[in-house]
Amino acid sequence: MWEYTDKVKEHFLNPRNVGEVENPDGIAEVGSIACGDALKLSFKLDENKRIKDIKFKTFGCASAIATSSALTEMVKGMTLEEAMKVTNQDIAAYLGGLPQEKMHCSVMGKQAMEKAIENYKGGPPTEPATQIICECFGVTEREIEQAVRENNLSTVEEVTNYTKAGGGCGGCHDAIRQIIERVRAGAAPVARPKLSNIQKIKMIEETIDREIRPSLKKDGGDIELVDVIGNRVLVATRGACATCKAADITLKHFVELKLRDFVSPELVIEEVTT
Amino acid sequence: MKTIYLDNNATTQVAEKVLDAMLPYFRDLYGNPSSMHTFGGQVGRKIRAAREQAAALIGAQPEEIIFTSCGTESDNAAIRSALMAHPDRRHILTSRVEHPAVKSLCANLSRQGYRITELPVDKDGILDMAQYERALTPDTAIVSLMWANNETGVLFPVEKAAELAAERGILFHTDAVQAVGKIPINMKANAIDMLSISGHKLHAPKGIGILYVRKGTKFSPFLIGGHQEKERRGGTENTPSIIGLGRACELAAANMDTENRMVLLLRDKLEAEILARIPNSRVNGTRLYRLPNTTNISFEFVEGEAILLLMDDYGICASSGSACTSGSLQPSHVLRAMGVPFTMAHGSIRFSLSIYNTEEEIHFVIEKLPSIIERLRSMSPYWNVGDQACSAQ
Repeated sequence: MWEYTDKVKEHFLNPRNVGEVENPDGIAEVGSIACGDALKLSFKLDENKRIKDIKFKTFGCASAIATSSALTEMVKGMTLEEAMKVTNQDIAAYLGGLPQEKMHCSVMGKQAMEKAIENYKGGPPTEPATQIICECFGVTEREIEQAVRENNLSTVEEVTNYTKAGGGCGGCHDAIRQIIERVRAGAAPVARPKLSNIQKIKMIEETIDREIRPSLKKDGGDIELVDVIGNRVLVATRGACATCKAADITLKHFVELKLRDFVSPELVIEEVTT
Repeated sequence: MKTIYLDNNATTQVAEKVLDAMLPYFRDLYGNPSSMHTFGGQVGRKIRAAREQAAALIGAQPEEIIFTSCGTESDNAAIRSALMAHPDRRHILTSRVEHPAVKSLCANLSRQGYRITELPVDKDGILDMAQYERALTPDTAIVSLMWANNETGVLFPVEKAAELAAERGILFHTDAVQAVGKIPINMKANAIDMLSISGHKLHAPKGIGILYVRKGTKFSPFLIGGHQEKERRGGTENTPSIIGLGRACELAAANMDTENRMVLLLRDKLEAEILARIPNSRVNGTRLYRLPNTTNISFEFVEGEAILLLMDDYGICASSGSACTSGSLQPSHVLRAMGVPFTMAHGSIRFSLSIYNTEEEIHFVIEKLPSIIERLRSMSPYWNVGDQACSAQ
C-alpha cells in the first residue's frame, strides 16, 4: 500500500472543483487511458484576468485525483503568469509530499496547467515539434528535459517516477540517460544536493530550533513553523514577536537569512496568522 | 469497522484449528525433531503425521512431500533441480501468465543462457494446446505451467499437458498454490512430476510450503545443508508451521466439497450482481474453467487503485491488476497477455473469497460498489452517461 499523506487522502476522498467549466477560456487534456492516467482541465478568468473558476476531470489513481484537486485549489485567484510558475514540486508540497513513484501525477498537473494557458493564449494546442522518446507512454524529449531540469533528476528511475518515461519496455533507457547527461551538463552547477520535501522541512525545523529560536527567546518572542509550500516557508509569530512592530523586519532579515544560509538560498519567509 | 476480506488469493486467515495444532510447538514442545531424545523425537512423529496429512490431500505418498519455506522456494527448487537433472537441455517451456516466482526466475535463467518459451494465452486466458505440443522439444528440460491463475482463477489443463510432456520424456512442474485445497487433485492419476504448494493460501501460516516430487524423479536440492527432508531440503524444520500445514491439509481434504459449494455460490452471486448493477463491467478470463473462489472484474474508464482505496474506506479488501497498484507503470502481465483493452485493464479488481465469507458480507459489497464506481466515473474524463448504451458483455 502506498504511504499517502492525510492531505492526499483528504483531497482524494473529497476532491475540490470536479467537472468542466462552462464556456472555458482555456482547456487542456493530458495523459491517456492507455497510460493509466489522464487529466482534463478547464478554467475561466475574471475581469482582472485572474483565474475565477477552474475544474478538472481525472482518470487515475488516488494521487492523480488528489494532485488535480490540489492544483485547482492552488491556482484559483492567480493570474496566468502566477499559475505558470506553479511547479510540480509546489503541487506535491501542497499535499505534504507524494511517494517518489507517484511524482508523475504532479507533473501531469503542471503540464495540464501549462497546456490550458497555451490554449487560452491561442497557441497551438499541439506540442511543438519534439521527438517522442518513450513509445510506451508517449513521453517527449521536451517533457523529459523539463522534468530533469525542474526536479534536478539524475537517474533513469527518477525520470520514470516523474514522467513515466522508461516505465514500460525499457527500450528508451539509453536515450533517457543521454538526455539526463545533456541537461545536467548544461544546467548551472547546483551548490547543494536537492532536498526532498521531508528533508527540507526537517532542516528548516532544525535550523529554527538551533539558530533562530534561542535568539528570539531572549527577547521573549518565538515563531512556529506552519507549513512549507515549495520554497515558501509559512510561519506564525508567537510571544513578544506576535505584537512586535519590527517582527516582519526580524523575519525578513534574520529568520529568512538564517534559513537561506542553512537550508536553501531559494527560501522565502511568509508570515501567516493561525 | 468490520473487515470484509475478499483477498484470499493474496493470503488467507489461519484456521482456528490450525492455530490450536501449532501453539504447543512454540511453547512447550520446542524440541528439534532430529534429536535423539524423546523430547525432540515426539516432534518428529508429528512431522511425519503432517507429511501424511499433506500427502493425503493430493493423493501422494508421504515421501513425495518436501516441506519448504514458501511457494516461491518450491518453484525455484523444482525448476533448478530439473535443469541440474538434464544439464544438456537448455530450454524451459512456460506461459506468459505465470506468477513472478516462475516468471522472474525464468527471466533470470534466460540471462544465464537458457532459452525460454512463454506460451501466449487467448482473450479468455486459455492456452492453445496444439501450440503447447509444438513447443515441446528434445532440448526442453522442464515445463512449468500454473494450475490456477492467481489473478483470474483460470485453470490450465495441466494434467493433459503433463501427459504430453511425459510422452516425450520431459519433466513437468506445476505451481499449484492457488489450486490446492480448492479443487480435487490426485497425483496418483496424473503424470505431473513436481507440484508447488503454499501454506498461507489454504489457511495455514505464511512461511511454509511444499514441493511435491514424484517418486523416481531425479532431484537436486536447492538448499544444501543437514539431512532434513531426506537431504532434499537442508535447514531445521519449521515445526509449528509444518504441523499447522498438515492440519490445514486435513481440514481441506475433509471439507473441500461442501465448503467450495458454498464459496462458489457466494462468488457467483457477487459476480452476477456486480455485472447487473454496474454498466460497462466485465469478467476477465473464462468462466468455464475457473477456481470456485475467484472473480476478476473490470470497470471501464476508472482506475483500480482509486476503487481499492474507496472500498478500503468501507473495510472491503480486494486487489487490482492496475498499473498504480503494481509498483510498475503497466497493468498486470496477466491482463496484458490476455489482451484486455487498456480502458478495462486499469480498472480491474480481483475478488477472492474463502470459507470465512458470509452472505451478509457479499450483500454489503454489492450494495456499496456501484456508488464507488459511479463516483469515480463522474470524475473521469472518459465517462459519458451515454456510454451506458454500449454496455459490455
